Amino acid sequence: MATYSTSEFRSGLKILIDRDPCIIVENEFVKPGKGQAFNRVRIRNLKTGRVVDKTFKSGDSVEAADVVDTDMQYLYADGEFWHFMVPDTFEQYAADANAVEVARQWLKEQDVCQVTLWNNSPLTVTPPNFVELKIVQTDPGVRGDTAQGGVKPATLETGAVVKVPLFVEEGEVIKVDTRTGEYVSRVKE
Amino acid sequence: MNGATRDWMPSTSAELVRLRGRVLRDIRGWFWERDVTEVDTPALSSGAATDPNITSFAVRNGDTLYYLQTSPEFPMKRLLAAGSGDIYQVCHVFREGEAGTRHNPEFTMLEWYRVGLDMHGMMDDMESLIGAICAGRRRVGRSVRITYRQLMTDVTGLDPFGADEAELAGALDVAGVDLPKGLEGDRDGLLDLVLAALVEPTLDPEQPVFVHDFPASQAALARVRPGTPPVAERFELFLGGMELANGFHELADPGEQQARFERDLARRCADGRTAPPMDRRFLDALRAGLPDCSGVALGLDRLMMFLAGADSIRDVLTFDISRA
Repeated sequence: MATYSTSEFRSGLKILIDRDPCIIVENEFVKPGKGQAFNRVRIRNLKTGRVVDKTFKSGDSVEAADVVDTDMQYLYADGEFWHFMVPDTFEQYAADANAVEVARQWLKEQDVCQVTLWNNSPLTVTPPNFVELKIVQTDPGVRGDTAQGGVKPATLETGAVVKVPLFVEEGEVIKVDTRTGEYVSRVKE
Repeated sequence: MNGATRDWMPSTSAELVRLRGRVLRDIRGWFWERDVTEVDTPALSSGAATDPNITSFAVRNGDTLYYLQTSPEFPMKRLLAAGSGDIYQVCHVFREGEAGTRHNPEFTMLEWYRVGLDMHGMMDDMESLIGAICAGRRRVGRSVRITYRQLMTDVTGLDPFGADEAELAGALDVAGVDLPKGLEGDRDGLLDLVLAALVEPTLDPEQPVFVHDFPASQAALARVRPGTPPVAERFELFLGGMELANGFHELADPGEQQARFERDLARRCADGRTAPPMDRRFLDALRAGLPDCSGVALGLDRLMMFLAGADSIRDVLTFDISRA
């Protein structure tokens, strides 16, 4: 079992807290006068996303979380699981609904996502920063309204709904920033 | 950058390199005017600090083990015992494992001793130096003095000399500070966390705050003044939201000093830490006679942080540990 000493603490380190995998967001070393030293740490629980503060006596050790980020190609969903594959090894992993909760609305077959594995099973899936998706439904825009910067909702092939400029039409492919959920541009095919 | 790294460059700015030079000149001028002698003692020592919470770097010279000083206190007191009179020193000190926004394993300390001054006289001295160094650089408020007991009681409602471990843990819990493992029965550890997590953040960063009369269990190398309860004649200066300095009315009793070293070492062993040899020559100097004096150690890098309004110690170091 791998462990980390508090002296190895830094942002991004993955540790086990109360048996859940967590990532260190902030680490502050505090030491009053000639007294006991502490590490006051802000951590994010990788399962729940919750951020909490923890205090450790400096010099103590915590268990490392066996968490790795791997690039994988999204294959398909079977109704219960979302299936991913490591392109080099063809190894396949099945992610459950919890793991794809945020990513699912951006998942297009064959796109390469970052899959975070914990003890070798998918914990979370992060979609590419930018995805190109086809608009399956949007109301026709009226030319000339663009000067007012007007937008309208558009439903994409994955089910996601984004705001697009009025000149964008049904059937077109657009580029979306998955981190903000915002329209970036039209994609010419 | 063709793969070249940029970590050869200073972690501070050219402006702050110059500011430090001028601050050092002013510090030397201040001591010169008061006829305090600048001294230069070795950074290596065959004995080490026994402090339960400070770890010395051990280094080898052939087959002999030496320790890098964690403060110049022992050799400076040996000079005092040898009749040096008032002395000061600006030097690098080393503490293993201490790194963070206010800590670097190697840092600069300004330490000085005044013969015949008591704890309050030493606070007067410190106040005057801080005023002189900050003048024209950063405004500081009027300094205040408060006992450890009063400060802790004001902020937490708990008397640090009367509250039990469960009450201290409760105060932390109420404030949303979780209790680290192994701290439950550790009274001084709990008091340290209360001070760092609950009390320090309430202090006005623009105002020098002298906290004095610490619990006798945290006397370190200070005299303990008998009373109910007995208190250590030790003070700390807080400024800019940081602990800037630590001072003592110096313990001169060699028997009491040796007993504290032995207690420290027993504590270190119990905690599974290394137990370095105590400094025999320092104890011999106390036996020969240390004049009645007070001393204080000031973290010069933190004073630079205050002057520059810097958030991290690396911003005021030429090369912080990641670039050392």
